[in-house]
Amino acid sequence: MFELFFYGIVLGSIIALGSIGLSLIYGILRFANFAHGDLMTAGAYLALFFVTQLFEWLGIPDNTIGSLSFGIRMIITFPIVMIIISLLSIIIDQILYDPLRMKKSSPVILAMASLGVSFIIQMMVIIIWGSDSLFYKPGILRPAMELPLNIKIRPDQIFIILVVFFSISSLHLFLKYTRMGKAMRATSDNPELAKVTGIQTRNIIRLTWAIGGAMAALGGILYGIDVQLHPGMGWGFLLPLFAAAILGGIGNMYGAMIGGLVLGVVQQLSTSFLLPTYKPAIAFIIMILILIVRPQGIFGGRTLWK
Amino acid sequence: MEIEGLISYLVSLIILSGIYAIFSLGLNIQWGYTGLFNIGIAGFFCIGAYTSALITSPMPSGIYAQYVNQVFGLGLPFIFGILGAAIVCGLIALLIGIPTLKLKEDYLAISTIGIAETIRLIFNNERWLANGPRGLMGLSQPLSHLVEPKHYNYIYLFIVLLFLLIIYLSIERAIRSPWGRVLRAIREDEIATAMSGKNILSFKMQSLVLGSMIMGIGGALYAHYTKSISPDVFTPLYGTFIVWVMLMVGGSGNNKGAVLGAFVVWAIWIGTSFATELLPTTLKAKAPYIRFLLIGILLEIVLLYRPQGLLGEEKKISRFIE
Repeated sequence: MFELFFYGIVLGSIIALGSIGLSLIYGILRFANFAHGDLMTAGAYLALFFVTQLFEWLGIPDNTIGSLSFGIRMIITFPIVMIIISLLSIIIDQILYDPLRMKKSSPVILAMASLGVSFIIQMMVIIIWGSDSLFYKPGILRPAMELPLNIKIRPDQIFIILVVFFSISSLHLFLKYTRMGKAMRATSDNPELAKVTGIQTRNIIRLTWAIGGAMAALGGILYGIDVQLHPGMGWGFLLPLFAAAILGGIGNMYGAMIGGLVLGVVQQLSTSFLLPTYKPAIAFIIMILILIVRPQGIFGGRTLWK
Repeated sequence: MEIEGLISYLVSLIILSGIYAIFSLGLNIQWGYTGLFNIGIAGFFCIGAYTSALITSPMPSGIYAQYVNQVFGLGLPFIFGILGAAIVCGLIALLIGIPTLKLKEDYLAISTIGIAETIRLIFNNERWLANGPRGLMGLSQPLSHLVEPKHYNYIYLFIVLLFLLIIYLSIERAIRSPWGRVLRAIREDEIATAMSGKNILSFKMQSLVLGSMIMGIGGALYAHYTKSISPDVFTPLYGTFIVWVMLMVGGSGNNKGAVLGAFVVWAIWIGTSFATELLPTTLKAKAPYIRFLLIGILLEIVLLYRPQGLLGEEKKISRFIE
């Protein structure tokens, strides 16, 4: 049980990375980005390309660090892939969502366009990498450390929790103390008012995509390290991401973080009495329960009623 | 022989396009006329197909019982399967509508994705329900005793087109009635409609339930056409996404558009299959994915450059106004 709880924290911190971006995008751009999970997939597979192909070709050594299952290649890959997925998100916004906003399309049309993006990304991943499950380092033994209370954890998992903690803390400091961060929060609270006070909404939108994309990419790579890569992994994350964002109050970054952890833990604990394949269904049930009991989320967020 | 093969190929295409046109019509009630964002069509497709399969097939006996598990098998005629599919889908739509219809559209959307995924997981994992991932096979086909099996598709073509016509005419009739005008009013301006004394929630629910029942009928027709169903048919791609593209291409808010879109997108889908024959062998195995990629790009192009679709919305709202 403790072990499942710990695994839940690991999964939850990965979900949190995605749901924070989803929640920020909902808060500022006002639409449900159904392609958010697929940004995670894109990040994970891009990292695969760097780790197994490009860096092999460049001759960067493949030694693992300590008892982790990856090495220096992966460490270099993180920032590069995060930047690329950030740029990709901004480019998608420029060629698709921005023209739709200019035409005054309703948020539902944007959401539908994002559904299209989701399938386009999935198809491209399958075309390039195939539809089978892949690993960053196939065949490597991933030894677990024995802790008291019969808990077995892998060093990778501790690494994941530390990375997520570090990146969410940095994001918090950025939003709280920098000029751009404050402008972002202001836009999320009230876009019209923010515009009147001279905040460049265009830049804020780009920044939102950059942060959302980078966080999603990081989440995708970490999931790839912890479990495996699969073209449908992002789609599988869709329900947990939304459930986490809604649980925490959509548009509320800190709520999304807590929501992610709760979702991860509940999903893992459910595996003690249900098949693990039911995890997305568990997320769905949690979401429906929140929508019935407290649709504004535990911590309150944007109003859901029109 | 050549000609005969070609004709039977065409017949099978029209049957499938016709079934998808029924999904597209169901979605048109929800999205085109009421503005409800249902992206869980695959779920209703799946439930419709399985419900009808369970109602019409007999409980496996003898040696089959060792290989096929199903929760019940009534062995009733085809028409009961259709009715059952519609009723069960309507009930599920009702359940999903209760928590989500009073919220913003996005919540209905994500909840319908949720229900579709959950249904697929249940049918995949619960072997006692409908034989798990292997699915059900050898489903009955109505009127199949009349002709030889190889000519049966002509009869089924007639059945599908008959259903399509009945559904099309009923929706056309309903949408031009006061009821249909309320739906459009809700889509355009909920607050104004509520101020005219209409119960928004009730009308939205009726639209969601009716549309889902039609999708259930489509699912049942699909099951008895292919004669075998398994959970991997009802993926978001084949079950939901392609129906959305059909409606958007044809023109949402227009029943002719919904039907036209289904046939056009199927034609594109089949056309690209010939085009991918020309690809180098390394890419050929990936051909279906390349075609889906193109369908995805098609949706974005329609949304960006022709959001009204091929036909656009009909402005005629009543048969009394010319």
